[in-house]
Amino acid sequence: MATAHHDEHPSGIMRWLTTTNHKDIGTLYLVFAFTMAIVGGIMSLVIRSELWQPGLQIVDPHFFNQMTTVHALVMIFGFVMPAFTGLANWQIPLMIGAPDMALPRMNNWSFWILPFAATLLMLSLFMPGGGPAGGWTLYPPLNVQQSGPGVDFTILSIHMLGISSILGSINIIATVLNMRAPGMTLMKMPMFAWGWFITAFLLIASLPVLAGAVTMLLTDRHFGTHFFDAAYGGDPVLFQHVFWFFGHPEVYILVLPAFGVFSTIIPTFARKPLFGYETMVYATASIAFLSFIVWAHHMYTVGMPLQGELFFMYATMLIAVPTGVKVFNWVSTMWRGAMTFETPMLWAIGGVFIFTIGGLSGLMLSITPADFQYHDTYFVVAHFHYVIIGGSVFGLFGAVSYWLPKWTGHMYNETLGKWHFWLTMIGFNLTFFPQHFLGLAGMPRRIPDYSLQFVEFNQWSTIGAFMTIAAQLIFFYYAMQSIRAGQKATSQVWEGAEGLEWTVPSPPPYHTFATPPKVK
Amino acid sequence: MSKTRSTPHLGLVPRLLLGISLLVVSGLASADYALNFQKPVTAIGHKLLELHNLIIIICVVIFVIVFGVMFYSIFAHRKSRGVKPAKFHGSATLEVVWTIIPFLILVAMAVPSTATLLEMDDVSKSELTVKVTGYQWKWKYDYPDQDVSFFSNLATPRAQIENKEKKGEHYLLEVDNPIVLPVGKKVRFVVTANDVLHAWWVPALGVKKDAIPGFVNEMWAKIEEPGIYRGQCAELCGKDHGYMPIVVQAVSPEEFDKWVSVQKDQAAKAAADSSKTLSKDELIERGKKVFATTCAACHGPNGEGVGPFPKMAGSKVANGPLPAHINIVVKGKPGTAMAAFGAQLNDLDLAAVITYERNGFGNKAGDVVHAKRIPG
Amino acid sequence: MSAANGGYYLPNPSPWPIVTSAGLFSLALGFVLAINGVGFGKWIAIVGAAILIWVMFRWFGEVIGESEGGKYNAQVDRSFRWGMSWFIFSEVMFFAAFFGALFYVRHWAGPWLGDTELLWPGFDFHWPSAGPKGPIAIEPDMTPAASQFSPMGAWGIPAINTAILLSSGATITWAHWGLLKSNRAQLITGLFLTVALGVTFLSLQAFEYIHAYTAMGLTMKTGIYGATFFMLTGFHGFHVTLGTIMLIVILGRALKGHFRPDHHFGFEAVAWYWHFVDVVWLFLFIFVYWF
Ligand code: HEA
Ligand code: HEA
Ligand code: HEC
Ligand code: CUA
Ligand SMILES: [Cu+2]
Repeated sequence: MATAHHDEHPSGIMRWLTTTNHKDIGTLYLVFAFTMAIVGGIMSLVIRSELWQPGLQIVDPHFFNQMTTVHALVMIFGFVMPAFTGLANWQIPLMIGAPDMALPRMNNWSFWILPFAATLLMLSLFMPGGGPAGGWTLYPPLNVQQSGPGVDFTILSIHMLGISSILGSINIIATVLNMRAPGMTLMKMPMFAWGWFITAFLLIASLPVLAGAVTMLLTDRHFGTHFFDAAYGGDPVLFQHVFWFFGHPEVYILVLPAFGVFSTIIPTFARKPLFGYETMVYATASIAFLSFIVWAHHMYTVGMPLQGELFFMYATMLIAVPTGVKVFNWVSTMWRGAMTFETPMLWAIGGVFIFTIGGLSGLMLSITPADFQYHDTYFVVAHFHYVIIGGSVFGLFGAVSYWLPKWTGHMYNETLGKWHFWLTMIGFNLTFFPQHFLGLAGMPRRIPDYSLQFVEFNQWSTIGAFMTIAAQLIFFYYAMQSIRAGQKATSQVWEGAEGLEWTVPSPPPYHTFATPPKVK
Repeated sequence: MSKTRSTPHLGLVPRLLLGISLLVVSGLASADYALNFQKPVTAIGHKLLELHNLIIIICVVIFVIVFGVMFYSIFAHRKSRGVKPAKFHGSATLEVVWTIIPFLILVAMAVPSTATLLEMDDVSKSELTVKVTGYQWKWKYDYPDQDVSFFSNLATPRAQIENKEKKGEHYLLEVDNPIVLPVGKKVRFVVTANDVLHAWWVPALGVKKDAIPGFVNEMWAKIEEPGIYRGQCAELCGKDHGYMPIVVQAVSPEEFDKWVSVQKDQAAKAAADSSKTLSKDELIERGKKVFATTCAACHGPNGEGVGPFPKMAGSKVANGPLPAHINIVVKGKPGTAMAAFGAQLNDLDLAAVITYERNGFGNKAGDVVHAKRIPG
Repeated sequence: MSAANGGYYLPNPSPWPIVTSAGLFSLALGFVLAINGVGFGKWIAIVGAAILIWVMFRWFGEVIGESEGGKYNAQVDRSFRWGMSWFIFSEVMFFAAFFGALFYVRHWAGPWLGDTELLWPGFDFHWPSAGPKGPIAIEPDMTPAASQFSPMGAWGIPAINTAILLSSGATITWAHWGLLKSNRAQLITGLFLTVALGVTFLSLQAFEYIHAYTAMGLTMKTGIYGATFFMLTGFHGFHVTLGTIMLIVILGRALKGHFRPDHHFGFEAVAWYWHFVDVVWLFLFIFVYWF
């Protein structure tokens, strides 16, 4: 059991600015992520509103491109990654029986870089020439050509976000390797900690490469280098290779922690242990390994040598195997369990369901010749919103509803939780399912205007987007309610839940596990 | 309350879901939606469609099996039915099985994919070569062996885009000069770009390749039937990426040859034209047209500038010394979107557009530029 | 919270992280404004840098104080070690991006350009190259004419610098041995020598850069060769600079009597970092200068 320490910590705003406590920092991350999700969500509404009908209505094409670009950067770097880091902060020490993260002061630093980096990114929108308008992938020469400081702000912002994530990952690795309670071997560690542990390696191996890519972009823009200029021996495609060497692992960075969440929630509500724990660990590790040798599936159309196209096609297809193992194991965990369907379980089941649709469309994209037709169409947009929202965002909502009673000490309103789930589920599918058809029929992505045969599906999509965002108000409302008041939660919270976090009271004291618990 | 609850009967939300999905289904059935690839007109196009249909069917089958099992379990193994949870937590046999079976499925998918890819990659034995060059925001087509070359611009009127006019049937998918190709011949495309990345994509032909400045990519198509096939630039290339359509006009080989000779005549006429000396008014008149097709995308139809692109009205260059003005239009400004228009326009058009810029938009430079002032 | 009872040391709330972040923000903001021609940008950047330097003194000072105050038990020490190792790994990946770029242009993009008669008639690709429109490479050590450049040879300063860095690896290990057997004189001499070698390396590299810019026609703008050359050696030089500053700090601490044979993470972290810089240099020497 936790011994409560009566440490001095400043009150009011200074508590939050200077905190070194993993729970406080976790909260900060989650609040920041929420804010950014709203910002990115509003940008997606600008996109969807412009696409409500053909012709230019609301924004000009240059601003539309800025919205697409910044929407993606905000959602990925500002929302999903920080949200999962927030979860890691809250949960990993609680789950492995550690008093805090291994490097608490650095932990605070990882967080505080974020708001500043986000400010830099947002500032770019108000600069002459506007914010970055060349897509979140920042391909040259377009992003070398764009005038004004917008792209430069973005680059420096990415550098800072990268530093933040690298420091955060180092902390997680050190925590997992060094802070586990006695008796908790690696192979007894909760799956969520495993998911994050492996993600952290992906982060420290891939983010520095992104930093290198954008640094080259910066020197090409301002210091006269010619990395991406064929006339002087460079190659625009070089950037794409370096970018996607980061970019592909990045997509698993977004989803592996969510896999950990699914592996936590499903056994709880099936009241049955996770099926194939060890295989789950190995599968996650295989996905992580493979993710470093598949990057060029994003660039099949750049004209790589044939051997390259074949290699990257085969390697990409292979990822379906370990991912499939995970899906099958989740289903087998449910099999012959005694299931109930509280909000977290709904998110987990819905998440696996949606993610698999996206995974299967990913598999279609991995087929090189077929991708020649899909590439840079709305089919790709549909694919990645399915995997990212089904995987990462549903995972997040699952995690938050699962642990919210633990964090706040109050149960939330289950009815509202269910409403939030169903409205998001419907709104999301309404938004993105039609986009598959748009893509197959030939609608390119990143366009502010389209020809007439695409009208109906775009209107479905826009309606769905407004519905999805509106549904988030329910989430905000029930989360606030649970923070403020509500039925007291016991320390166990969920009947079938297992793990150290359920042995401490809800809410947990400021410091937990100052004396490490013993794990059998 | 810490114990979990269950939801035994169909709640309001699931019922709502059911209603909406019924609506969606009926909506889909009634309207004329395009749900799959456009009708292919090349051998490769057919192969891609078959491949696509094959993999989508495999994916749907997998999906139905996996979620059939899951939803059965959700139905049958719910606590509200009073079941007791089983205790098992692994099975080596099962896990090996569902590692190997997906692997075999993947192999089955990889075989036809590899074959198709090999075929697409083979550009040998082509009967006609067309060089395709992407520009912001238009395409240029060169037929090196026929000595024909022209630009292909968006033909949709500005007023339709700005919703001031009713949109035509081929809104955004129409151009002034389509690329003309003979049917039944293996056409090799050599794709490159002049400024930033573009991608040349015509779905019905089953081809898409990036156009990369400084490098060339190759691909081929053998069109089976005459007709008009439309596509679009498929790589973000800046502000007007969405306004850079491709129209392919496939004709019989005889018509193609006729078209080539007409092109040649017109080119000869244009060349003769470009050495003419026009009056100031004629120059301004002509320059206005050139500006509207070539420059307005960036500098605005009325020279007011667009987003990051400078305005021409009151521009220091357009009102300043002539040589600097000629220089920036002919040579462009490297590292910016301002291209070297000396390579795109003939001398007369260049002279005309510069004259127009120095006299239009309320600019006061007032001088006249003749074609012979344009450096060779 | 105290470690008096053998628990894990948890630091008190600290203002340094947020101030550091603000400094970083100011540095980035000012830098971007400055390179976009905004005059006061550089002052914003300088303020940012000043904040960073000042905070680093305070923050590291605090950590050193805690360490010497005996607040860190063996488990804390292990956290630091894991942290530093994986930080170095991330640095390795940063360099990997640039090495990757170098291999890519040398083995793929360059030859493709050479084969693209359609766009670059008459261009043959041989490394070192500055591309079809860039200046032509001549033999190293010859004086280039206009539109020529002289690539950097391996066997002048670079070879000397290799020797210097390798010996600095030896001197720091020797210093470490001194520390382990409580021979303070050996520790301090070893560290001093290492710093001296680091500074010599940097001076020679500065000389090499000046020579390249003034006499060899070789700059950052010299096509892909210049870009990869200066990016790789430049970032390496920057890391040597950081490493040297870190060495100076631990030399200062050694002079103040810090570090014990069984408790000297600060020393080891710097030594690891220095070895990392060393190894990167070997790769540079082989792939940038030699082949
Ligand atoms: C969370 C993020 C995430 C995840 C997890 C994935 C997962 C996958 N992605 Fe996706 N992807 C993105 C995010 C993600 N992707 C993004 C953001 C882009 C676009 C970037 C941009 O251009 O802006 C993209 C683009 C993208 C492309 C490039 C498309 C293009 O631009 O032309 C490709 C091509 O191969 C691809 C493939 C895959 C594959 C094969 C998987 C696999 O991991 C999926 C594996 C899962 C399954 C297959 C389902 C479950 C398995 C079974 C039920 C077992 C049985 C199955 C079989 C035997 C088939 N993705
Ligand atoms: C994390 C990634 C993420 C997320 C969540 C979203 C969410 C959405 N996206 Fe986007 N999107 C991208 C990543 C993402 N997107 C990327 C990478 C691109 C490519 C950009 C490019 O081409 O360069 C893109 C592009 C893109 C396009 C194509 C634009 C174009 O090609 O021009 C469109 C168009 O419809 C679109 C729409 C939407 C919509 C309607 C949502 C809605 O679903 C939004 C609804 C909101 C939510 C689902 C968030 C809810 C969350 C909370 C309320 C916070 C909860 C907080 C905690 C739990 C702490 N997105
Ligand atoms: C793809 C976009 C684009 C197109 C098309 C374009 N320009 Fe420009 N133009 C620019 C940009 C960007 C600049 C600013 C360059 C700089 O940074 O100085 C510019 C600058 C200029 C200037 C100098 C203006 C000043 O005040 O600095 C002139 C004159 C000019 N363009 C004329 C033309 C003419 C004539 C055409 C058509 C034949 C044309 N431009 C087409 C993008 C374009
Ligand atoms: Cu050209 Cu997009
Ligand atoms: Cu990928």
